[in-house]
Amino acid sequence: MLKTKTIKPAAAGGLLDRRSFLLSGIVLSSAYSLKAVSAPKAGEGRIDTDMPAWAKTPGHNDIEYGLPSEYEKHIKRVQAKSSPETATFSMWHTPIENQRGIITPNGLHFSVNHNGIPEIDPQQHTLRIHGLVEKPLKFDIESLLRYPMVSAIHFLECAGNTAPNAVSLTALDQDCQELYGQISGAEWSGIPLKFLLKEAGVKPEAKWVVVEGADGGSHSRSIPIEKLMDDAIVALYQNGERLRPSQGYPMRLFLPGWEGNTNVKWLTRLEVTDTPAYTKDESGLYSDILDSGKIQRFSFTMDVKSVITHPSGKQTLPDKKGFYEISGLAWSGHGKIKTVEVSADEGKTWAKAHLEGLVLSKSLTRFTIPWRWDGSATTLLSRATDEHGRVQPTRALWREKYASYSFNHYNGIQAWYINSDGRVENTYV
Amino acid sequence: MFNEWQGQVSIGLLLLLLGVFPSSSFAGETLTDLGLPLSSLEISKHAITIFPDGSNLPAGQGSVQEGKALYQNKCMMCHGEKGIEGPAARLAGSDGWFSFSDPLRILRIDKNPVLLISVGGLWPHATTIFDYTRRAMPHFAPKSLNNNEVYALTAYLLHLNGLVAQDLVLDKQNLPKVSMPGKERSVLAWPE
Repeated sequence: MLKTKTIKPAAAGGLLDRRSFLLSGIVLSSAYSLKAVSAPKAGEGRIDTDMPAWAKTPGHNDIEYGLPSEYEKHIKRVQAKSSPETATFSMWHTPIENQRGIITPNGLHFSVNHNGIPEIDPQQHTLRIHGLVEKPLKFDIESLLRYPMVSAIHFLECAGNTAPNAVSLTALDQDCQELYGQISGAEWSGIPLKFLLKEAGVKPEAKWVVVEGADGGSHSRSIPIEKLMDDAIVALYQNGERLRPSQGYPMRLFLPGWEGNTNVKWLTRLEVTDTPAYTKDESGLYSDILDSGKIQRFSFTMDVKSVITHPSGKQTLPDKKGFYEISGLAWSGHGKIKTVEVSADEGKTWAKAHLEGLVLSKSLTRFTIPWRWDGSATTLLSRATDEHGRVQPTRALWREKYASYSFNHYNGIQAWYINSDGRVENTYV
Repeated sequence: MFNEWQGQVSIGLLLLLLGVFPSSSFAGETLTDLGLPLSSLEISKHAITIFPDGSNLPAGQGSVQEGKALYQNKCMMCHGEKGIEGPAARLAGSDGWFSFSDPLRILRIDKNPVLLISVGGLWPHATTIFDYTRRAMPHFAPKSLNNNEVYALTAYLLHLNGLVAQDLVLDKQNLPKVSMPGKERSVLAWPE
């Protein structure tokens, strides 16, 4: 039980002030109570009487490439239902409700593929730059690995992340992985693309670069040259190891804060131009249909957004009432997260959450707030604000801007309904 | 040992402040020059992008009727007879939940949500149909169509949308001139 005398509330619904919570020196009796240890019988003199089997045998050797514990096997990506249901068009969702911190392990990073994953031999892969440049150039992988590299921690989010909440008339009973699984966080290392563009000599009339991958469908997007000369990376490494094939091996374009589809995987060609090409994805699937019926194109940046991951959809709180740490993720494609507010009473009152660990630009940011649930049905919300003062809209406000069937760039406030039996459900407020 | 190491760091910092380290000059001149020249011939083999004004369209031609036969052979199994049935992307008609020309639309969307959007309804330039079909279609054998076949399929897809007559023969001259409904509806979040 919580010693609650000295703990101040932060808002209604049981949200607690973090400082007074930490100072109170609370004891979570159920989690940390000491078990009575039976004393060894006199004269035995051995310490193994009350120890688990693994403390009494030598362990096994390690393996070449490490794997998670057998007991964590159920933590895995899930393939979302897609149409058509083929291996070549696929969406694999990250279990973000099982992640702590801001880095997604490489094997769990989300992946959306329009034309399957090519198995590219790096020795036969070439990066070409041509078009409005002084010197058209080509680079092989050995040369690129010699260039100066930078590393940066950023989120990557598909434009269609959380699409069900954007278009479904009723809140579908889905979990975090289903609703929010098209986001991940990683450290990306590689060559600032401006080094390569400067080497080729970009002509003054250049405004766009048509970027292309080496996959079966030659995935292609037109990117403004300003972004490419700013913080774009030719990424070769993800979380310290070379990219996985599903993330673009041997190299991908990484555009911090921009919709996943523009981060062209299996990068092979850059055509510098003075006009966008209106490629397939910028013509249809990755446009936003506005309430007016107009089609908004080139809305690259992923806006400020957050979600409570602990607790979240389809989970059940183990105790009918008591202490929980609410935890979640916030991010903005425009910059750093400034504040995250949490409500435990359907948005009537709000408390500022603690930003835990690294708060970086265009990166997942972890937030936490202590909460003492009184056991009655309630709704949890989170609302993020970034350093530019951009605030997450309510779902209703977001919906006003777009046509009822438009699903890209959804960033409405997420609401989780907590049933009195502890089950958590996706809901709209 | 510690002092020696510290000394090296101090010298390093000093050099950095004086701008002696080469990395400090990246803002201006580039140091890296490992790229190899790319020949015009090699560019022509790889530059497959077609632009809205028709630039880079190849020679060749194809008719609506030729396209119809090809479509039935290579496309219909995924896109449906009229280009609206799915399961793959809707090729014809408007975007949205409802349409008078397709009373079953809502049922199709329930099964395949991506059918909410449509090539004919959203795409602003006909050149993109040629570009994408040539680089990525058919899904199971991308880049297997020749230029005449791509012209023919593009012509048939435009005809399915009622945008060109059934006796049209499409080529690099008339393709960029086809007017698409998606263009009028466009607003740009990033200026061209």
